[in-house]
Amino acid sequence: MDLVFTEEEQAFRRQVRQFLRDNVSPQVQRKMIEGRHVSKEEMVTWWRILNKKGWNVSPWPKEYGGTGWSSVQHYIFREELQMYPAPTPLAFGVGMVGPVIYTFGNEAQKQYYLPRIANVDDWWCQGFSEPGAGSDLASLTTKAERRGDKWIINGQKTWTTLAQHADMIFCLCRTDSSAKKQMGISFIVFCLNSKGVTVRPIQTIDGGHEVNEVFFDDVEVPYENLIGEENKGWDYAKFLLGNERTGIARVGVSKERIRHIRELAANFESGGRPMIEDPRFREKLAISEIELKALELTQLRIVADEGKHGKGKSNPASSMLKIKGSQSQQTATELLMEMIGPLAAPYNEHPDSPDEAMDWIAQIAPSYFNNRKVSIYGGSDEIQRNIIAKAVLGL
Amino acid sequence: MDFNLSEEQRLLKESVDGLLTDVYGFDQRKKYLKEKGGWSRVVWSRFAEQGLLGLPFVEADGGFGGGGVETMIVMEAFGRALVVEPYLATVVIGGGFLRHGGSNVQKAAHLPGIIDGSKTFGFAQLEKNSRYDLNDVTTSAKKSGDGWVIDGEKFVVLNGENADTLIVTVRTKGAQRDSSGIAVLLVPADARGISKKSYLTQDGLHAADVSFTSVEVGSAAAIGDPENALPLIERVVDDARTALCAEAVGLMDESLKVTVDYMKTRKQFGVPIGSFQSLQHRAADMFVALEQAHSMSMYATMAAEIDDAAERAKAVAAAKVQIGRSGKFIGQQSIQLHGGIGMTMAAKIGHYFKRLTMIEHTFGDADYHLRRVSETGLLA
Repeated sequence: MDLVFTEEEQAFRRQVRQFLRDNVSPQVQRKMIEGRHVSKEEMVTWWRILNKKGWNVSPWPKEYGGTGWSSVQHYIFREELQMYPAPTPLAFGVGMVGPVIYTFGNEAQKQYYLPRIANVDDWWCQGFSEPGAGSDLASLTTKAERRGDKWIINGQKTWTTLAQHADMIFCLCRTDSSAKKQMGISFIVFCLNSKGVTVRPIQTIDGGHEVNEVFFDDVEVPYENLIGEENKGWDYAKFLLGNERTGIARVGVSKERIRHIRELAANFESGGRPMIEDPRFREKLAISEIELKALELTQLRIVADEGKHGKGKSNPASSMLKIKGSQSQQTATELLMEMIGPLAAPYNEHPDSPDEAMDWIAQIAPSYFNNRKVSIYGGSDEIQRNIIAKAVLGL
Repeated sequence: MDFNLSEEQRLLKESVDGLLTDVYGFDQRKKYLKEKGGWSRVVWSRFAEQGLLGLPFVEADGGFGGGGVETMIVMEAFGRALVVEPYLATVVIGGGFLRHGGSNVQKAAHLPGIIDGSKTFGFAQLEKNSRYDLNDVTTSAKKSGDGWVIDGEKFVVLNGENADTLIVTVRTKGAQRDSSGIAVLLVPADARGISKKSYLTQDGLHAADVSFTSVEVGSAAAIGDPENALPLIERVVDDARTALCAEAVGLMDESLKVTVDYMKTRKQFGVPIGSFQSLQHRAADMFVALEQAHSMSMYATMAAEIDDAAERAKAVAAAKVQIGRSGKFIGQQSIQLHGGIGMTMAAKIGHYFKRLTMIEHTFGDADYHLRRVSETGLLA
């Protein structure tokens, strides 16, 4: 047992950090530190730089463009991106649909889609949740009917993150209404600018526009856009969500935020002294640091254990990473909120407008409100507890 | 980064687990509690035979050269089995002072007795008003000829009832809370002027309040620098805290296991209570608390070997905070989920809760250590 990174691992970390210093635009870095909006163009530009380096789809198998790194190297890479901070690769493409395609797709689909995902030629979004299918995802009703060599798709998806940027959607559709609810679902991908698709923005409590409703009205999709087998979509979705969970703790993001809080609190006055000297505030910060250190090690333990649960199977204990990771992220934004107190009040009509001059204080309340989402999406805290109770504790 | 045990460590774990399965069932433990002094000499000699009592000492001193991980393995297993023998006081603390600060003469005089199981140690550190501050010492040791004369009173001396030798923290100079002017003295438990009030503690262990009236010891009694032993005390107590973290992880792990088993078998409203979602979620939260504690116990184990005192102390303090919080939650909820049966002495679970509670109040509770961490922050 040795909880110190090896010399090779540390050298790798330095190499990643140097690459970030040389290649991330200072403007993007500053925006991310202050929690401001990074534009689609800025993100895509950065991801293409990563792709040129061969790092945008790092976790994929080597034959599809992956790096072949160890699980610890993947962890370090992700943490360095989050701490720098720089945008991490687009989860919907790299972390979700990509692995489904290379694991379950046919040769033609792999040839066509995988390089496009790697180079972000298409921006992908996720068509899972529906108004009536949140935590109970399998009750979804969006329907895909086979008509000759086409699917005809009707229904509605919601909470579709950044659909306003998207070119492609991967969608869970009901293809057999007579089967038990998990059994009649298929995994179909298509162009978001197909005829019959309507994207409508949803404004969230922070005032921003991240998520959307997406409506399908007799959308025609080629039959070959089905991934894997018909009516096996639920298995692929579970595989995808399991992949998502290990990366979801976002320890590096919270580390960066805590560093930022410490820096701000050293200069922000309260009661005639810097906020960091307030014992109550300092203890709350210390608690979140301790929780985060514990989470980091727990994540590394689970990472080190990867592969012991069988190919494509996730460790159900990783559900705790989602719970604690969400808590850490939320606590950090809450501490910032507490720090600025009454100065959080002014509401900005367009908090994610790319306004260079915007004061960092103006981002704090929106970021606090926005971060309530993290314990809801990707399987809510309560769903994660169900998973732990059943799959880990056998209850 | 490697979380795996080495082959030797794996064998150690197997042998400790195997031994405790044989000799430390809950009913066997009840018998040991009734023996003289409240623990089993037979079990203690089995520990000696398996090399556990010599584990952390270098081979030149007759030990097995084990490190923090080896102690962690043993303490976790002891936690799972609710071991009451004085391993912490004797091997971790008594042995720790000798390892980190003892002269060759002191080691030669005391280590063989620890390693072969013939002698045990007690740690006389706590005072009426010192609470968790190791620098708060009023028991005095005045120079007398070559040696010292000790006067004062120590409370809840670990293994105080049965120890052959006491390790006593004393003030040789300065005021009550000064960091300098503190010594550590080896005192035979039967020295003239010592009187003891022994008692059972909440967790089934035995301790004593010990008063010293003009107790004379020779110059060779001092371990380390008699005017500046606080750094040594901090080092050894950090080892002890780390060992307690590991023991607590064993206790929490077993508490959760026992509780989940109970939830699967106890029926109410015609179904196992483990089928109720509110209870499932509680158990899931206990699992999360356990894993966080486990990670921090490993963190402390690694950090306890750092020589930089400030870095080491911060990491160990952080671990003690996590263990305290997790231990309280798991302990209390284990009782809650057991319901009435959890309130009885007859059931195993209450004894885990009691030991966890005592650990929380030994060498600094969560709030105490949180204040320490908050002064500098944990993450660099």
